[in-house]
Amino acid sequence: MTTTGRRTRLFIVDDHQLFRSGLRAELEDEFEIAGEAGDVDQAVAGIVALQPDVVLLDVHLPGGGGATVADAITRRGAGATRFLAISVSDAPEDVIGVIRAGARGYVTKSISPADLADAIRRVRSGDAVFSPRLAGFVLDAFRGELPTSIDPEMDQLTPREREVLRHIARGFTYKEIGVRLNLSAKTVETHVSSVLRKLQLSSRYELTRWAMDRRMI
Amino acid sequence: MSATATHDARGASGHRDGTSPSGPQRFRFLARSRNDRVLTGTAGGLAEVLGLDPLLVRLSLAVLTAAGGTGIVLYLVLWAVSSEPGAGAPTTPVRRRPRNRQIAAVACIVAGSMLFLRGAGIWFTDALAWPVALAAAGSALIWARTDPVDRQRWTRISEHLPGSSAVTVFGSQISPIRVIGGALLIAAGMAIFLVANQALASARTALLAVVVTAAGLSLILGPWILRLARDAGEERRQRIRSEERAEIAAHLHDSVLHTLALIQRSDDPADVAALARRQERELRAWLDHRPTPSAQQDLRGAVDALASRVEQLHHVTVDTVVVGDAAVGEHEEALLLACQEAAINAARHSGAPRVSIYVEADTDGITAYVRDEGSGFDVDTVPADRRGIAQSVIGRMRRHGGTASITSQPGQGTEMHLELPRSAA
Repeated sequence: MTTTGRRTRLFIVDDHQLFRSGLRAELEDEFEIAGEAGDVDQAVAGIVALQPDVVLLDVHLPGGGGATVADAITRRGAGATRFLAISVSDAPEDVIGVIRAGARGYVTKSISPADLADAIRRVRSGDAVFSPRLAGFVLDAFRGELPTSIDPEMDQLTPREREVLRHIARGFTYKEIGVRLNLSAKTVETHVSSVLRKLQLSSRYELTRWAMDRRMI
Repeated sequence: MSATATHDARGASGHRDGTSPSGPQRFRFLARSRNDRVLTGTAGGLAEVLGLDPLLVRLSLAVLTAAGGTGIVLYLVLWAVSSEPGAGAPTTPVRRRPRNRQIAAVACIVAGSMLFLRGAGIWFTDALAWPVALAAAGSALIWARTDPVDRQRWTRISEHLPGSSAVTVFGSQISPIRVIGGALLIAAGMAIFLVANQALASARTALLAVVVTAAGLSLILGPWILRLARDAGEERRQRIRSEERAEIAAHLHDSVLHTLALIQRSDDPADVAALARRQERELRAWLDHRPTPSAQQDLRGAVDALASRVEQLHHVTVDTVVVGDAAVGEHEEALLLACQEAAINAARHSGAPRVSIYVEADTDGITAYVRDEGSGFDVDTVPADRRGIAQSVIGRMRRHGGTASITSQPGQGTEMHLELPRSAA
């Protein structure tokens, strides 16, 4: 992140050729498209080789899905690479799975090019990007409504975090939420990031517990 | 009574003001008069039926009353069997009668009743007169809670009854005070009665106390229970009818009116035919009481279905987020329809290409937000005839135990907030 003048290098993972070229056309003015891939193996190989700044990651992929890609890269040490999940409407479990595997956000494919570019910039700078849909999924996960839900005794959301998520789900931007809840945009950002951290931490905790339950460690 | 019975045909057609009696179940041959009434219009009605001067009828009744109270019995019987005056407006407004005449009428009824009982030998002692007068005044206060016209009249009368001036100051407005005053009068009457009868055999006292208490209570509560039961039933029927009407109106607005609006906008005949077919299908299903598409579904599926309906019809993107889930019953169905209406409203009037629907179901109930980032409007200046918001959203939520509110400002988009508490769901 030292090279502020450098264009963000983007890697696109999606099994639809047409969609990849569409994204490429929309984004190549602002970003450098480092590469693209149509399945899990290609994606892992490409990301390891090219070390892009941001990977646009489809949730559904032949060979394991977006979560497998994010997981594989994170295990190898993701470096500066960050993931933004993008997809048409998907099962909440899959989306939460990708987030837990390390993606810093999730947007739907109906997002406008300008909003997508903004989301990529935010992910690159280390922020979390919660679309309304993801906010809904996360609220569900913390309520214990999903099979991959959060242990209720573990990290619960604070009332403020819940309130911020609700506003995102209702379609407000961070800035609007800041005005409505009388917070700075940065504080809203902090709340969102801490929700993301809780989500990802709890997944690690659960993995450990899962292993312990089976006397693997 | 035979005299009136023979005038049956004449009575039915002989109303001078041309209005017909409103109570078809009651005896129709004698209707109390609207135009010529001192108290209830019974004497006036009788005079109309008999074709006599009302004054003559009233004098006859007074004379008969003096004769052992027969007149008062006759009056009460006639009042009981006669029907309400016609519902139509009186041809001449009810004249303001001198109060004295009404007071005299009430006093005649009470005094006549007492004379009758005394003459018939059902009488303990003359000391009874005051308790009975008090009880009569008290029950008059309570019984007078009939229609506003009657109430006003009784208020005026009771101003002149002993011991009730404080009550009638508030009488026309604060009915509880009237009731308390009336109850006190009756209670006082009962107390005096009991004191007066202390001299009687002590064994009878206890029984008497019970009987008098029961009589007093039925005087206080009887009219109420009767009236409440009658009014409650009628009110309930009215409410159900008007709610059904509102529900039908909301449905027609949601479906038929929308389709008609779309047809007017469309140039493509094929489009119009498709719209018409779809509308016909929906309307038939609704008339046959077939479940609407979202029934027997979960909330999540239903929200998605309504979003795609709105997307198809109005060419906007509808983003939906549902947190939690619930079975869709009658009330949830109403919330969903209100949501759909709010979304359609946003699609049609806001100019925004995107509508966001957020629905959250939890243990407290269901919360929904429908939001657009379009033109917005001044909430206070929405014309009352904009049925969309008033009927389909706010009215519908209210009918199903929920609430709806709108936040909007010109240029700032619009958000509709719907709440359906669990107790209603």
